[in-house]
Amino acid sequence: MKLAINWFKYSAPSTFYGLAGKMIPWFAVSSAVLFAVGLYIGFFVAPTDMQQSEAYRIIFIHVPASMLSMFIYLIMAGYAALGLIFNTRLSSMMASALAPTGALFAFISLWTGALWGKPMWGAWWVWDARLTSELILLFLYLGFIALHASIDDPRRADRASALLAIIGSVNVPIIYFSVKWWNTLHQGATIKFTGTSMHIAMQQAMFTVLAACWLYAIAVSLMRVRSIILERERNTQWVSELPEVKP
Amino acid sequence: MKKSSMLDLLVLVIRRDLVLAMRRRADVLTTLIFFVMVVSLFPLGVGPEMDMLRKMAPGVLWVAALLASMLSLGRLFSADYLDGTLEQMMLAPQSLSMLVLGKMVSHWMVSGLPLVLMAPVLGLQFDMPIQALAVLIFGLLLGTPILSMVGAIGAALTLGLRGGGVLLSLLVLPLCIPVLIFGTGAVDAASTGMSVAPHLSLLGALLLLALVFTPWVTAQALRISME
Repeated sequence: MKLAINWFKYSAPSTFYGLAGKMIPWFAVSSAVLFAVGLYIGFFVAPTDMQQSEAYRIIFIHVPASMLSMFIYLIMAGYAALGLIFNTRLSSMMASALAPTGALFAFISLWTGALWGKPMWGAWWVWDARLTSELILLFLYLGFIALHASIDDPRRADRASALLAIIGSVNVPIIYFSVKWWNTLHQGATIKFTGTSMHIAMQQAMFTVLAACWLYAIAVSLMRVRSIILERERNTQWVSELPEVKP
Repeated sequence: MKKSSMLDLLVLVIRRDLVLAMRRRADVLTTLIFFVMVVSLFPLGVGPEMDMLRKMAPGVLWVAALLASMLSLGRLFSADYLDGTLEQMMLAPQSLSMLVLGKMVSHWMVSGLPLVLMAPVLGLQFDMPIQALAVLIFGLLLGTPILSMVGAIGAALTLGLRGGGVLLSLLVLPLCIPVLIFGTGAVDAASTGMSVAPHLSLLGALLLLALVFTPWVTAQALRISME
C-alpha cells in the first residue's frame, strides 16, 4: 500500500520539532490579529452595560481565560494519559508544555475576577463556588508543575505527573460540586448573569478573544514543547545537525 | 488466589506495620501532639469569645486533622523504601494493591484514629454541644481514612524526592477539600437543626470510592516511583 498515510509520522519528536516550528508563526500571527480585533470590538464597539456600566468590559478577558484554564487542564490530562498508556514521549512533553499556560490562564482568571468583583460586589474576593474552584484548579496546576520539576529522571517525572493529572481530572467534578453545595449552605447567591441576553457585539468580542486565546495557547505550548524536545534529545544526532544548534 | 489468603495477607501487613509503629511510639505521639497544639493555637489567635469559638470548632478541628495527617504521610513508605522491603513487596506474588491497602489501614489506625479519639476533648474546649460533637466524631471516623488513602497516592508519587514533605502537602491538600467540606458541613447542619444524613452519606460515598480506587492507584504510583 503506497497510499497509506503514516499517521504516526509526527508522533516522533524529531519530525514534530520541524512541523511545530513551521506552525508557530501562523498561530502567533492569527492570535495577535484576533486579539486586536476582539479587544477593539469589546472596548469600543460593544455598548455600555445597563447595570454594570463600563466595568463589565473585563468580561472579554475574564471569561475566555477561565474557559481556557479548564479546557487546558483536560487536554493536559488527556495528553498525560496518552503518554502513560502508550508510552509516547511526545504526549508527555505536550502535557508538561501545556501546564504553565493553563496555570497562567487560571491566574489571569482569578486576577481579572478580583478586579471585576471590587466594583460589582464591593469586595476583591468572595467565596463564590466558581472562584473557589478556580483557585483549587490553580493549586492542581501548581502541584503538577511542582511534582514534575522535583523529579530528576524525565521518564519518572512524566509518568508520576501524568498519574497526578489523571487523578486531578477525576477529582475536578467532585471538588466543583462539593464547593458549590458548600457555598449554597454558607451564603446567599451573589450577582449572576441571568435573564438579559447578551448584545451581539459583546458576543462577537467574547468569541473573538476566546479564539485568540486558543491560538495563543497553541502557539506558546508549541514553542515550549520545542524547547523541551531540544533539552531532552540534546544527545541525539538529529539535534546536533539542526542549523540553529550547529556552532 | 483464594479469598482467605488475601485477608490473611491484609491482616499480616496491618499487624506488621502496627508492631513497627509501636516500636517507635514517639512518631505516633508527635502527630497527636501537633493536632492538639494547632487546635489550641486558634483560641489564642482569634480571642476567647465562646460564641465565635463554638462556631469555628468544626472547621478548626477538621483543618488541624487534615494537617496532622499530612505530617505522618511521609513515613508511610519511606522506611520500607530505604531498607529495601518495598522492593521485596513489589516482587512478591501477592497483589500489591492488597499490601498497599494494609499499609493504609495501619496508617489510619496509627495516625487517624488517635485524632478521632482526641477530638471530643478538644471539642469540649470549644464548648461544642454534645450532639454536634457526636456528629463531628462520626464524620472524622468516616473522613480520616479517606485522608490516609488519598494521602498514600501522594506519598507514593513523592517517594524518595527532595523536599518530599512540602510537595506531598501541595499535591494532596487540594484533593482533600471535599472531605473537609462535607465533614464540617455535617456539624454545621447538626447545630442548625438540619439533617446530617446528606453530608455523612456523601462522606461515606467518598470513603467507598477511595477504598475501591486508591489502593490500585497507589500501587501504580509505587511502580512508577520504583522502576
